[in-house]
Amino acid sequence: MSYLLLAIAVVVVFLIIQLIRVFELTGKLRNSDEYSIKEGPNRNRALGWALFGIGYFVFFIWLAVKYGPMMLPEAASAHGESIDLLFDINWVILITAFVITHIVLFYFVNVYYWRANRKADFITHNNKLELVWTVVPAIALAVIVIYGLRTWNEVTGDMTASDDAIKIELYAKQFDWTARYGGNDNNLGVANFNFINTSNPLGLINKSSIAIRLDELKAELNELEEDLTKAPKDGKKERAIKRKIQHRKDQVAAIYAMKRNIEVNGNGAYADDDKLVKLELHIPVNKPVNIQMRSQDVIHSALMPHFRAQMNCVPGMVTNFNFTPTITTEEMKKKTGNPDFEYILLCNKICGTAHYNMQMNIIVEPEEEYLAWYGEQKTFNDALMAAHPEYFEDNLADNQSK
Amino acid sequence: MASGTAVHQENFFTKYLFSQDHKMIAKQFLLTGMFMATIGMIMSVLFRIQLAWPGEGFAVLNFFLGDKWAPGGVLDPNMYLALGTIHGTIMVFFLLTAGLSGTFANLLIPLQIGARDMASGFMNMLSYWFFFISSVIMVASLFVESGPASAGWTVYPPLSALPQAIPGSGMGMTLWLVSMVFFIASSLIGGLNYIVTVINLRTKGMTMTRLPLTIWALFVTAILGLLSFPVLFSAALLLLFDRSFGTSFYLSDIYVAGEALEYSGGSPILYEHLFWFLGHPEVYIILLPALGLTSEIISNNSRKPIFGYRAMVGSILAIGFLSFIVWGHHMFVTGMDPFLGSVFTFTTLLIAIPSAVKVFNYITTLWKANIRFTPAMMFSIGMVSTFISGGLTGIILADAALDITVHDTYFVVAHFHIVMGFSAVNAMFAGVYHWYPKMFGRMMNLRLGYIHFWLTFIAGYGVFFPMHFLGLAGVPRRYYTNSEFPLFDGFVDMNVMMTVFAIVGSIAQFIFFFNFFYSMKRGPKAPQNPWKSNTLEWTTPVEHIHGNWPGALPEVHRWAYDYSKPGKEDDYVAQTVPLEDGETDGEH
Repeated sequence: MSYLLLAIAVVVVFLIIQLIRVFELTGKLRNSDEYSIKEGPNRNRALGWALFGIGYFVFFIWLAVKYGPMMLPEAASAHGESIDLLFDINWVILITAFVITHIVLFYFVNVYYWRANRKADFITHNNKLELVWTVVPAIALAVIVIYGLRTWNEVTGDMTASDDAIKIELYAKQFDWTARYGGNDNNLGVANFNFINTSNPLGLINKSSIAIRLDELKAELNELEEDLTKAPKDGKKERAIKRKIQHRKDQVAAIYAMKRNIEVNGNGAYADDDKLVKLELHIPVNKPVNIQMRSQDVIHSALMPHFRAQMNCVPGMVTNFNFTPTITTEEMKKKTGNPDFEYILLCNKICGTAHYNMQMNIIVEPEEEYLAWYGEQKTFNDALMAAHPEYFEDNLADNQSK
Repeated sequence: MASGTAVHQENFFTKYLFSQDHKMIAKQFLLTGMFMATIGMIMSVLFRIQLAWPGEGFAVLNFFLGDKWAPGGVLDPNMYLALGTIHGTIMVFFLLTAGLSGTFANLLIPLQIGARDMASGFMNMLSYWFFFISSVIMVASLFVESGPASAGWTVYPPLSALPQAIPGSGMGMTLWLVSMVFFIASSLIGGLNYIVTVINLRTKGMTMTRLPLTIWALFVTAILGLLSFPVLFSAALLLLFDRSFGTSFYLSDIYVAGEALEYSGGSPILYEHLFWFLGHPEVYIILLPALGLTSEIISNNSRKPIFGYRAMVGSILAIGFLSFIVWGHHMFVTGMDPFLGSVFTFTTLLIAIPSAVKVFNYITTLWKANIRFTPAMMFSIGMVSTFISGGLTGIILADAALDITVHDTYFVVAHFHIVMGFSAVNAMFAGVYHWYPKMFGRMMNLRLGYIHFWLTFIAGYGVFFPMHFLGLAGVPRRYYTNSEFPLFDGFVDMNVMMTVFAIVGSIAQFIFFFNFFYSMKRGPKAPQNPWKSNTLEWTTPVEHIHGNWPGALPEVHRWAYDYSKPGKEDDYVAQTVPLEDGETDGEH
């Protein structure tokens, strides 16, 4: 196959060489100077531009007719409709500008092609004209800016006025999403990436996970101390081990500080009743949702095209996006006439090998159904207890003794 | 330093390799840029094949990438990301920054301002050789065992910082960063030289208001580069530190590949700010030279002065200034304060005004003109069209509220490929067709030029225009395949169409390469002033000489746009012709 390709390449090059030979010979036969301008061919090139202009518009219209229905799928959030209106205002202005400038461009090209017996007009500038076409775009842009900023305020204004919003965390990692709900108190508990392990994929913190983590650290410290006694003195290895020991000790101190902060100062809460869900994100219709996003490893981005919502998930910080879904999945199935319709959440920031398949379905449902579904989900505490029953008896005893 | 009459003893090395003559350096930049662009173009065809027919085996993929990256002819997902990354890097930096500015700033600045050479020939040579080293390292990174850099051309950490996160972030990424460090050094040395040359070495009578727009554009471009590239330099250096020396500038709270990393306190968003502080001016570093070249070519082939010279200069300066206060529009969805988002929306939309002025001035230059459709003019008119088509969609992306919907989708890909890539490539081709006689002393074949133009132009729109529709449907960029989402199934045939256009457009470039190299040896000898142009470069001998003009430097008496001036016999008046009594100069 590769030889075939090579052969094709050789043939193509050969053909081009022959082509140019023919051109040269015919040029010589006609004994004409190819480079001096001639009226006929020059006129034809102007016509070429007219044809191109028509073709370009036809292509545009064809694409719009064929694929238009798939563009901007029906907005299913409260602010989505405002965004769509803003889109429409912009389309009117932009497509008008696009069509007019192109028509004028192709028209001039077709009228003012070169003729031997005439000269171009010596026009250097025209202040009035220039003022007009500085002011007119400025006015059009003022409209775009004012409407744009009003919509932007509406979209982002939601973010602060949402005490009654359902708090959901979207947690991104290579290459899937986990949703975390705040539990009965609608309050997301504290988390820390050092607590992540197979039974605690989001690094959530409660008394048991603290106990588990402290034991882990204790074991690691013992192991490191042992390594230290074996390591040669004053070597690179010794320094590395010492650094690791210090790092673990710092973590232990940080955990106690965090514990104090939660229990004594009341900053943040334990994640006992938080609920973790994979694969599907359920939200009730017509209720504001406050989505808080975190990432475990690299930057991801949560794009929910139907809700006109997108926000990056950045390791080391929490980002926010609020919206109110207005159409349930069932209603949307009827509207689109597609029984398999699902709202989707997809990753929209390059994040690694399987970036193209990092998705989650979103189910918008009436509140009763949502609550019923929600009641069935396990709390974090229950899940952790199933994985580490031994810590729970300890903790229980510990609590009782206090 | 460069004296016209001194005869230099030159051997092969000093003439062709370590030349300090700006004309030779321009050719070196052009050829290196073309070589890199060919790599970038072939890469784009390879990943377009995957996008049109995902998961199917193609021998051509296996031929180029081997069994490791295309087993059975099916592209590996990591290689897909790497191809996109290197394609972007090569096209943005190696072709459209160094290839475009490097070629035309070197060729035209001394010739059009009437200087013997650049202010420092040695620094100019150094600029090329840094670029050469950078290119060699970038090409070498393609052959690294773990694959070339694959975190996207913007190389956002943590993805680009952690080999555990993606294999391309190993040795490939290190080489990418080292290559960029050399590249930036090359840009800075070159840019400094351009600025100094334009300020100090203009010949007698060449006032700033008589400079051709090409020089204005290249001059402002060099200033933009000088102010913004150092920021990328520091961004790259800090990333190198994070990767190799355990610092935490960009990294914090990361758990990857089953391990919690010790980085703490850094922020990936810092990198994005630093990157886009260069990244946005970079767009204009690419676009301004393109606008400068087309201004000259459109005026020359319209046989008519460029309309509104002062407004054109003013809008170049305005665009240059504004380009520094808009970078945040790349970051609307990073969790940025909504108020800051409003500010960046406003400043970004302001750029549309000088851009619109430029478009209207181009179009009005064609009004009542006498247009010669040379291949260069065809590409320049094409550039006006792509600049309009791509520029208008920028207004959508500048609007924070709308950007939420289309950010990082194919809509963005469509926008910047048309307004930045396609426009600048059009302008670069226009420049090559127009100044080829000056560079090589021979003419290119016209008919192949027209065939090349129409194939390139139609294929370009055919590839990039449909992408708007993909993006508005929510299809993200940088997806190995869209087949995982039933929502996007309706676009299968569109992807096939775009790939076919991409293949046709790429093959068309070989017509250009053939024309380029064939004409170098076999093309007809160029006359002194083949396009009947006013500017100074056409007063130099066709055969290149060191020092450009054999005798004294030419003296300039008028601006560069006295085409079809009333009362003159010819439809052009060279800048060296003295003003007659009562004749006014410039716009008046």
